[in-house]
Amino acid sequence: MPSAQIIVFFILAAVAVLGAVSLIVQRHPIRSALSLIVVMVSLAGLYLLQGAELVAAIQIIVYAGAIMVLFVFVIMLLNAGEEERTNVSRIARYAGLPLGFFLLLQLAWWVGRGTQGMATVAGQSPAMTRNLSRLLFTDFLLPFELTSILILVAILGAVVLAKREN
Amino acid sequence: MSDFFAQPSVWLVSIIKVIVVMALMMTALAYLSWFERKVVAHIQSRWGPYRVGPHGLLQPLADGLKFLFKEDPTPGGVDKLVYFLAPFLAMSLALCSIAVIPFGPSPLLQVANVNIGLLIILAITSLGVYGVALGGWASNSKYPLLGGLRSSAQMVSYELSMTMSVVGVVLMAGTFNLREIITQQQGYWLGFIPRWNLLAPPFPQVLGFFVYFVSAIAETNRVPFDLPEAETELVAGFHTEYASFKFAMFFMAEYANMITVSCLATLLFFGGWLSPLPTTGVMAWTLYIPAAALAACAVILFIDGLRYSTKFGRIVLPILSLALAGLAAVCALDGVVQIIQGPFWFLSKVFLFLFFYVWLRGTLPRFRYDQLMSFGWKLLLPLSIANVVLTSGFVLASMSK
Repeated sequence: MPSAQIIVFFILAAVAVLGAVSLIVQRHPIRSALSLIVVMVSLAGLYLLQGAELVAAIQIIVYAGAIMVLFVFVIMLLNAGEEERTNVSRIARYAGLPLGFFLLLQLAWWVGRGTQGMATVAGQSPAMTRNLSRLLFTDFLLPFELTSILILVAILGAVVLAKREN
Repeated sequence: MSDFFAQPSVWLVSIIKVIVVMALMMTALAYLSWFERKVVAHIQSRWGPYRVGPHGLLQPLADGLKFLFKEDPTPGGVDKLVYFLAPFLAMSLALCSIAVIPFGPSPLLQVANVNIGLLIILAITSLGVYGVALGGWASNSKYPLLGGLRSSAQMVSYELSMTMSVVGVVLMAGTFNLREIITQQQGYWLGFIPRWNLLAPPFPQVLGFFVYFVSAIAETNRVPFDLPEAETELVAGFHTEYASFKFAMFFMAEYANMITVSCLATLLFFGGWLSPLPTTGVMAWTLYIPAAALAACAVILFIDGLRYSTKFGRIVLPILSLALAGLAAVCALDGVVQIIQGPFWFLSKVFLFLFFYVWLRGTLPRFRYDQLMSFGWKLLLPLSIANVVLTSGFVLASMSK
């Protein structure tokens, strides 16, 4: 693997992790939302580094450009102020932290084991937009359609909930 | 990817291209403001800028200096980080998308040729809303907040129909690569009608272009969709609390977005750098149109310069016209004539779109907010979806033939 690619990877990864930490640490909802946007954009950069152009573009268009805009919009509309810190509950301190650490270890182990499997998937180059679309409309047609129905149901649900107040 | 990092020459060429494009873009932004003021003034029977330099040609320079040296107060109670971030975000995002636009057939006339060029532009425009929304929010003031809210609602709504409206072009071209989208529009129909996506079979993208351009105007917050900065109700909207160069950055971002959107309209629907007239056989004289157009401009400028009211103008304008005439002569040279075709037609088409923008500003009143929303959701979105359905049907029919 060329070294420049690794350097770019670590820069993007560091930005993503820093953004994620800042998302939790920031007190103001807008700043948290901004940190989440940083995470999304650096993830898109990571996808691009893997050659998954379409996924990277969609990551930015859908997540950073649409969903996060709605988040920011709602925060602005409600004019949410700084959140108040409460004491961390005991369960979180004694059970949450070890569990989180355990989860991290497990993830690291699976990722470490799984690199070779991922390489073969990349070899089939699903990254090309054409191949990806072909897969979506042949092998994965059923999950694809099911997902769209799920989203449609969610939209209808939102409309019904919003209408009920009138 | 790996060979990009390995070759220093690629780096060097890229950096030079970026610098040249940036310099040209900044000049274009400055003179676009001059152009807009002039055209709107003439629409309203005024003269427009006239004092600074002949025909007000040095006005952008004076404006730039003014923006640089004005006091830059930060209002109390603002969220400092976001308040400073917003204009930078707006400006840098607006300048980014110009990188993937090809200005001519030569690879040297494009900063980066990427496979997903169109998607990159859409992605960057979808991020553009943050500059406006965050600027409005961070100012800690009522009017900017309202402007920011309006703009995020408006830009999210119109982005949808804008993205849907270009799907027709993508279906016909079968690629996201902007360069390939242009080369597929080559050729003439019946010998003289250019096969641009606007006119070409299997399904002319007239509907797509209409939806694209209307939503693009809304995306760039221009009249008649300039609700986020409606001065009659919101003072200046999202940038009310911004002064000095931070205000100028919002201003330049808006103009840069206008240029990008016009470039994209040219690329997708009007054949990009392709000439509207056939250039082979008896029509070979059309190759000399760029030179002739420049020469005509030079003659008009020369005559006007000799009669100009100030002495400075009588010296500068003829010199400018001589420079233009020299450029025209260079464009008529044998080797140059082919090279100049692409950029000339591309820039002329973009210029027409920019003129259209300014023309709209001089003509149309502003929409009401509910009109804006119902227009976007109830007319443009269904139209763009109908365009996608019809185009895919026709493309399918032409493929099975």
